[in-house]
Amino acid sequence: MADVGPTAQARVSRRAFLVGGAAAGAVAVAGAGGAWAGRATSPGTGAAPSGTGETSLHGDLRVPFHGPRQAGVETPPQAYLTLVALTLAPGADRDALVRLMRIWTDDVARLTQGRPGLTDTEPELAEVPARLTVTVGYGPAVFTAAGLDDRRPSWLRPLPPFGVDRLEDRWNDGDLVLQVCADDEVTVSHAVRMLLREARDFASVRWLQKGFRRSVGSEPAGRTMRNLMGQVDGTRNVDPVADAPLVWSDGTDGWLAGGTSMVVRRIRMELDTWDEVDRSTREAVMGRRLVDGAPLTGDTEHDEPDLDAVGPHGLTVIGPAAHVRRARTDDQAERFLRRAYSYDVAPDVAADPSVLSSSGLVFVTFQADVDRQFVPVQRRLDEVDLLNEWTTPIGSAVFAVPPGCAEGEFLGQALLG
Amino acid sequence: MSARTTRRAPLLGVTVTLALLAVAGCSGTPSGTPSGTASSGSSSGASSSAAADHLTATDPWIKAAESGMTAAFAVLHNDGDQDVTVVGATSDLSPVELHEMATDDSGAMVMRQKEGGLTIPAGGEHALEPGGDHLMLMELSAPVQAGAEYDVTLELSDGSTLVVTAPARTFAGAKESYDDGHGEGHDMSHDG
Repeated sequence: MADVGPTAQARVSRRAFLVGGAAAGAVAVAGAGGAWAGRATSPGTGAAPSGTGETSLHGDLRVPFHGPRQAGVETPPQAYLTLVALTLAPGADRDALVRLMRIWTDDVARLTQGRPGLTDTEPELAEVPARLTVTVGYGPAVFTAAGLDDRRPSWLRPLPPFGVDRLEDRWNDGDLVLQVCADDEVTVSHAVRMLLREARDFASVRWLQKGFRRSVGSEPAGRTMRNLMGQVDGTRNVDPVADAPLVWSDGTDGWLAGGTSMVVRRIRMELDTWDEVDRSTREAVMGRRLVDGAPLTGDTEHDEPDLDAVGPHGLTVIGPAAHVRRARTDDQAERFLRRAYSYDVAPDVAADPSVLSSSGLVFVTFQADVDRQFVPVQRRLDEVDLLNEWTTPIGSAVFAVPPGCAEGEFLGQALLG
Repeated sequence: MSARTTRRAPLLGVTVTLALLAVAGCSGTPSGTPSGTASSGSSSGASSSAAADHLTATDPWIKAAESGMTAAFAVLHNDGDQDVTVVGATSDLSPVELHEMATDDSGAMVMRQKEGGLTIPAGGEHALEPGGDHLMLMELSAPVQAGAEYDVTLELSDGSTLVVTAPARTFAGAKESYDDGHGEGHDMSHDG
């Protein structure tokens, strides 16, 4: 098996990755909408192979850590996500937060570059960075603990309640958040463990959400993800480069220049009742074709939906309550960067022996201003959206994501330093 | 007078500067963050033959602890052509001893003072690490707080010294029992 097995396999997957990455990258450079996910090889924000030659694997790819913005926002989504919210320990103050940020900054700088953490007891697990990124965010309590409530962004608070919400406190809020993403789940697991154990003196775990997308190499890079309802999900995503002002704070909030906000919504999918829905109805719910995500009025995924087009019975082709219609807005500012992952966890068969699955989306979004961009869209969907029958928000959290840091600085220095 | 020297880390080619030292441990600099300030013990100024001029500490850290004992670690690199021996260490925090892990009469791993000091071979390196040789801070006068930095001064056999700035980290390991030579093992952990 050694004759043709691993080597040939590595060679094939390596080539497949390069082809996929290069093709998708070219699309992004050409400015095609929604091609954000394909920018895997672009300089600066993407990853670069650490080595050359046939033996390089996906696991060697590294996303730069140091820079004016944190990685993990405009980074093309990796295959795996672990999102951990933490609760600050009683008495944690500004000094403690600075010390925690120094620790995490050092850990993240090392781990994302394929090097063990300073006190890493499993250093071999750090050898495969696999595009690891760690994005740190702050809940409102950080500002209170640091005595900096006057610097808290006005939007940093729980989202307003929505009628569709069935929020469970175990998925809500948080004082700190770590978004850990990589193309290898072992890498994610190790990084999370390393970061949490070194934070033991400062904070404890509040909730942890894991998510996944297609594995690297399963399909060409840059393809819009499909959620577990089978829908192409995220076609109209903003391009974090072309639409940078929608994603990054312009510094109106001072310390937040180069930072952003993170909204986390845990959205349960009612797959048992979705099973009952036939294909044409599923397409009507979305206003898009399932096969390729094209709007019901178009030919390809990225065609603009024609909301006025009328069908043979005098009704609009895209119905008044279809998801694409309700999610759209003429206000170009009411858009945000989606970086969602699917989840599929053990169903609670003790509570309901008939339940087959517990699945949904870890819906993560980034935007310069939650109130200006995210909330209006969510309000419209809350009022009317056919999709609401099969999707239920069960968790909600908002965080401020501080800017990145240069060598010699720590994350959050502009706020806490 | 003492001479502070700027040296080249043997493995990385990274020049250590005092400015870098000020932020060591919070900067996420490349692997093997060099940290150390050498001082020749002689009054003749920058003596290039001082052992400390050839010694570099990378990835130093100290285990956070509220009180009692704790330990400090680093990888020591010697880029000179003579062996360098660390004969002692000092800190404002605590008396410091050089310890090693060894098997006691009953076959258990214990730590004990290292006779003859720590020798870093010419052109080589020596790791101070949990479960191995380490610097033992015997009685802390103040808490060692995770994320803060603490200086430990290494004393070399020729009288020169190297100040190592070690960031503190919460660490569950390094709970070696201490053989003080009287058969009474201590536990150096202070998790309470």
